[in-house]
Amino acid sequence: MLNMAEIDTTETTPPLTQKRAKAPLPDSPILLGWLRQMMLIREFEVRTMQAYQNRQIGGFCHIYIGQEAVAVGSIAAVNPDDPVVLAYRDHGHALARGMDPKYCMAEMFGKIGGCAKGKGGSMHMFDAEHYLYGGHGIVGAQTPLGTGLAFATKYEDEVIGEGKSDKVTLCYLGDGAINQGAFYEAMNLAGLFDIPVIFVLENNRYSMGTAIERGTTMAHALHAKSEAHGIEHAIVDGKNVMNMYQDFKPIADWCREESRPFFVEAQTYRYKGHSMSDPRKYRTKMEEEMEEQDDCIASLSTFLQEHHDVEPDAIKQLGRQVKSQVRQAVEWSNQSPETPLDELYTDVYTDVWGPFKGTSKPEMLQDENE
Amino acid sequence: MTVATKERVIEFRDALREAMSEEMRVDKRVFLLGEEVAQYNGAYKVSKGMLDEFGPRRFIDTPISESGFSGMAIGAAMRGLRPIVEFMSWSFSLVAADPILNNAPKMLYMSGGQFGCPIVFRGNDGAGGQLASTHSWCVESLYANVPGLKMAIPYDAYDAKGLLKTAIRDDNPVFFLESERLLSTKGHVPEEEYTIEFGKALIRREGTDCTIISFGRPLHFCLEAAEELAKEGISCEVVDGRTIRPLDIETMITSVKKTNACVVVDQSWPFASVGSEIASQIHRYCFDDLDNHVHRVHSDDVPTPYAYNLEQAYLPNSHKICEAVRSATYNI
Ligand SMILES: Cc1ncc(C[n+]2csc(CCOP(=O)(O)OP(=O)(O)O)c2C)c(N)n1
Ligand SMILES: [Mg+2]
Repeated sequence: MLNMAEIDTTETTPPLTQKRAKAPLPDSPILLGWLRQMMLIREFEVRTMQAYQNRQIGGFCHIYIGQEAVAVGSIAAVNPDDPVVLAYRDHGHALARGMDPKYCMAEMFGKIGGCAKGKGGSMHMFDAEHYLYGGHGIVGAQTPLGTGLAFATKYEDEVIGEGKSDKVTLCYLGDGAINQGAFYEAMNLAGLFDIPVIFVLENNRYSMGTAIERGTTMAHALHAKSEAHGIEHAIVDGKNVMNMYQDFKPIADWCREESRPFFVEAQTYRYKGHSMSDPRKYRTKMEEEMEEQDDCIASLSTFLQEHHDVEPDAIKQLGRQVKSQVRQAVEWSNQSPETPLDELYTDVYTDVWGPFKGTSKPEMLQDENE
Repeated sequence: MTVATKERVIEFRDALREAMSEEMRVDKRVFLLGEEVAQYNGAYKVSKGMLDEFGPRRFIDTPISESGFSGMAIGAAMRGLRPIVEFMSWSFSLVAADPILNNAPKMLYMSGGQFGCPIVFRGNDGAGGQLASTHSWCVESLYANVPGLKMAIPYDAYDAKGLLKTAIRDDNPVFFLESERLLSTKGHVPEEEYTIEFGKALIRREGTDCTIISFGRPLHFCLEAAEELAKEGISCEVVDGRTIRPLDIETMITSVKKTNACVVVDQSWPFASVGSEIASQIHRYCFDDLDNHVHRVHSDDVPTPYAYNLEQAYLPNSHKICEAVRSATYNI
């Protein structure tokens, strides 16, 4: 019998820099949908910063503004039931995946209406209904988890279901996380066992105040890291949602079909500080301004106006819609009750013993079951 | 006329294997992964022959990558699979501290009840014999501090099987601590299916003068000490806690209320330990029943030495337990 560890990947692996044809661009309603999602994320993050300043949100809080195209373009390229797992800069992905902004905001407010009943906060967004297996606060920790989620989908399909593996898992990480040992172990396992996980590296060039060159060898050729594990790779434009989708879709399809891992470097930039208390002394204003000129929302609006005759008014209308949606999310979160103190002892264990009270689902899931 | 049914006697390691095999037969979500578990039959031959029955998809040899494969198994458990992760030794689990302590026991809580983590981590715990400090870890005190995990420590073959089956069926992460020194010991294990509920201590020997509480391998020394002390007219009750989380403190309290004296034997280091926790609880709940303060026997508060004589001096043994009981019962 064949042992998984014995599979010789060198034989079957095509050149690791294979060129893939871009996926066709979808029609304008879908493009408008992406625009709306990116605008929603940006508006949501603006309101998040305000709420943080107002002390309605506590703890560590990381803003996704500037990187919206990565989450929106990649999530658009997979199925709604493909697992997704994230680092702590996770609000954008949660919204792109379909979480109602009110549950995301209420989570940060520490309210019972939050997606995790206020037990996780900004860095830990979970949503079972949308196959979102969490934001994770420890840099790099999500990479073995993502490998395991993908291992599980393959095991479910092939060992339990006795069919063919047909899911792909998205595992996002920052450029700082590529310096973590856990990531190398995850890549080795994924390469060794042919696990259908896509490591989506969001290279925004900084981990906190450390420019990538200061913390990472081969910063100009990060794909070398995946190549060392026999994992195919590609660099994609994470600042443009159309490029992001068109390059990402064929990769996701390939991973699903071949049931193999992939390493995608999405080049992007975070506009705001690392977290809410970052004066950004490690980079120049000029650099920031230059990067912001190439903006994912601006470029898609322009494209839609130039190539699909979308009226500027229609885009303004979208802006009003997302503003009101986020305003409602904030209001809803304000009104959601504080998490009751007896929740302190729920969800520690699934069963009831000693002081522990078993477990219960958050409101978010109860709503959708009705 | 009653016919005495011949009880089957098997080794501790066979009992572990039976527990895993039986659970894997009835539940395809259960699989095992670890270093040298499959083709090599397990570093300690616990999983001998299981690869043949279950095949490489469910019986997985991993590279030496504790952090990676523990995290991977936790990810799989989040989707509802039920992995058994074998650590060649719990000593090596330290490099996987982040996934096993930061992810597995907290996932349910952090996700607000959405994603549990039905997983078993198992392997050898405690000094194996002249392995020196990096390889002789007793992780119980270190890990028992973490809410969200359960912890079981079997003493004999019967418990090894019954507790491991319960661990595999549990919907929470279970840290299952075996002792290499016990793997070859033999015990009665019935053919019939059984499980052992967590949080139920077992009185291994009844007595009236002093309660001795312990877990896992040191119970051997506790029973030896009880035998020795009986000759001196000191009657000891030996309580096997079986699981540390949940802890059956009630059974321990009941025993101490009867004997009015207590010695806790814990093979981990004394400071902030399972032993100090149990002593504290006994002091609290048996304050008026105790004739003396709770005595404790631990490994010495130093790194585990290599030299045979030093290691022997360092570990709990029946001599130290006898001394502690004599002192606790004013028999010095
Ligand atoms: C193990 C660990 N070490 C340090 C930190 C503190 N920390 C949080 S985010 C971060 C920078 C990570 O940067 P990157 O991976 O590039 O992601 P980005 O913030 O750019 O999205 C650091 C050092 C942590 N959360 N976990
Ligand atoms: Mg970064």
